[in-house]
Amino acid sequence: MNLRAAWIAYRTIVIREVLRFARIWVQTIVPPAVTTALYFVIFGHLIGSQLDDMQGYAYVDYIVPGLIMMSVITQSYANVVSSFFGTKYHRNIEEMLTSPMSSVVIVAGFVTGGVARGMAVGGVVSLVAYAFAEPRIAHPGVALGIALLTAVVFALGGLINAIYAKTFDDISIVPTFVLTPLTYLGGVFYTIDLLPDFWQQVSLVNPILYMINAFRYGLLGVTDIRLGLAFLITLLFALALFLIAVRMIQKGVGIKH
Amino acid sequence: MSDALRVEGLTKSYGNGVDALKGVDLVVAEADFFALLGPNGAGKSTLIGIVSSLVNKTAGRVAVFGEDLDRNPRAARAAIGLVPQEFNFNIWEPVEEIVINQAGYFGIPRGQAKVEARKHLTALGLWEKRRDQASTLSGGMKRRLMIARALVHKPKLLILDEPTAGVDIEIRQSMWHFLRELNEHYGTTVILTTHYLEEAENLCRRIAIIDHGTIIENTSMRSLLGRLNRETFVLYLREPLETLPKVADMEIRQQDETTLEVDLVAGQSLSRLFDALNQAGLEVISLRNKRNRLEELFMRLVKEGNAALGQGRIAGDPEVV
Ligand SMILES: Nc1ncnc2c1ncn2[C@@H]1O[C@H](COP(=O)(O)OP(=O)(O)OP(=O)(O)O)[C@@H](O)[C@H]1O
Ligand SMILES: [Mg+2]
Repeated sequence: MNLRAAWIAYRTIVIREVLRFARIWVQTIVPPAVTTALYFVIFGHLIGSQLDDMQGYAYVDYIVPGLIMMSVITQSYANVVSSFFGTKYHRNIEEMLTSPMSSVVIVAGFVTGGVARGMAVGGVVSLVAYAFAEPRIAHPGVALGIALLTAVVFALGGLINAIYAKTFDDISIVPTFVLTPLTYLGGVFYTIDLLPDFWQQVSLVNPILYMINAFRYGLLGVTDIRLGLAFLITLLFALALFLIAVRMIQKGVGIKH
Repeated sequence: MSDALRVEGLTKSYGNGVDALKGVDLVVAEADFFALLGPNGAGKSTLIGIVSSLVNKTAGRVAVFGEDLDRNPRAARAAIGLVPQEFNFNIWEPVEEIVINQAGYFGIPRGQAKVEARKHLTALGLWEKRRDQASTLSGGMKRRLMIARALVHKPKLLILDEPTAGVDIEIRQSMWHFLRELNEHYGTTVILTTHYLEEAENLCRRIAIIDHGTIIENTSMRSLLGRLNRETFVLYLREPLETLPKVADMEIRQQDETTLEVDLVAGQSLSRLFDALNQAGLEVISLRNKRNRLEELFMRLVKEGNAALGQGRIAGDPEVV
């Protein structure tokens, strides 16, 4: 299969993936927008107005980057985990396995679909956020770069989860018991400066903390951690997960007997 | 001319310990129309799954038009069109979309894919349904959708795993016509599994029979049919039978009060049988051939194979092929 054919195959998956979540936008785009709006009303305005500034920003402004990243993370993961599990469940994964396209193309196609949903929802959530908070983008390149990389990491995570999943329950365990706690503890709502020393150290083990802080730097220009380190960690995660996912598809883990 | 398919020493042990294939050797020539027959669980779908990259083999070699599945998997896959036994498309997607996307996976540009999709959906009587969700198709339409999908990249080898299961007689015959055209006019090599032996007899030039993961017969349809030298007839009598009549060289069995079964070897005369029955005062009111001739032979081969392996078929289920 030459490069042109690989590109056509890749584009076919991406278009299929984007159409899939776009067709069911009421399930995929609207809920995170509504949830975010509620966060802003409750935490931002009602509770936030009682709080001091955080790193020089009003609380409602401070939580914007974290909330956007939270939706990027959950949505890119959710898209790939449910879509890939769906193709396993309906067995139409076989359409791809019998075709000459490589595992790299399959992984890239699904991941791009997940990134597309993460970014689309991230965009909608940003619009909602700026109805409540001051619009600020201090370093657009940093913000976009880390958001994209983060979406890639979690789209890959969703793919690997789906590869292993045998039942519909298996696709909700990781989001519920791993992803959501790590995101909440990853500094969406606070700076880790507020934590006791011990918990600060513990927080530093959480990769999501780095991603959220890098994004916060992109929007507000403030961060708890070093920017370079954040990019490096995210990039390494993306690379490692990509290699694992490709290898698993190649070997047919969870999809071939 | 390279062989369309060459399988050597292929074995497959599933994770649950089932040895589905135990060293299968098989060669299918280019442009052949090949039947792969065998009882349920014989290993047909497993063999097809391995050839089409859906099942990991345990050992052995597979080459498709000379392209080794291990060394050059993508070239091998590009040559195959697969119609699997079980439906494997997303039922929520529209019919045309399913076919066009499959072309996309094979690297065919969308414009060209649309033309191909239209051609095959029309030929298979599905063009009117192109915008409908696949879930709304009937079983027979779903099978035809999978055929259209398998052809969209112009495969040189078309593999169909029970394509006519659950398809009505009229559609089945139009599918036969379609497949024969494909084989005769376009030189597409066709491998087909089926439990309808008349289908294999009608369509295929060569035939292999697989049982318990082993090929027990691999020959031309003509020579196989030539070996049929025994037929079983069922005779219905007007009056209940009291004593079983004896006819020299013929084995007559009583099925119930008014039904007899007789095995006739090639050359034996039916008239002699009737004369004997008349003399015994028995009137035959009707007569039928017990089974399709090929079915008869098939049953015998499988039975012999089982006897050789010391394994019996499910008791009371001898007609299941
Ligand atoms: N995924 C699987 N895991 C474990 N065993 C399997 C699997 N698929 C098939 N088998 C076993 O392998 C053997 C061969 O099955 P296969 O599906 O290849 O038979 P078949 O000839 O296609 O039968 P049928 O005519 O019923 O379709 C059977 O014993 C079956 O139970
Ligand atoms: Mg089968």
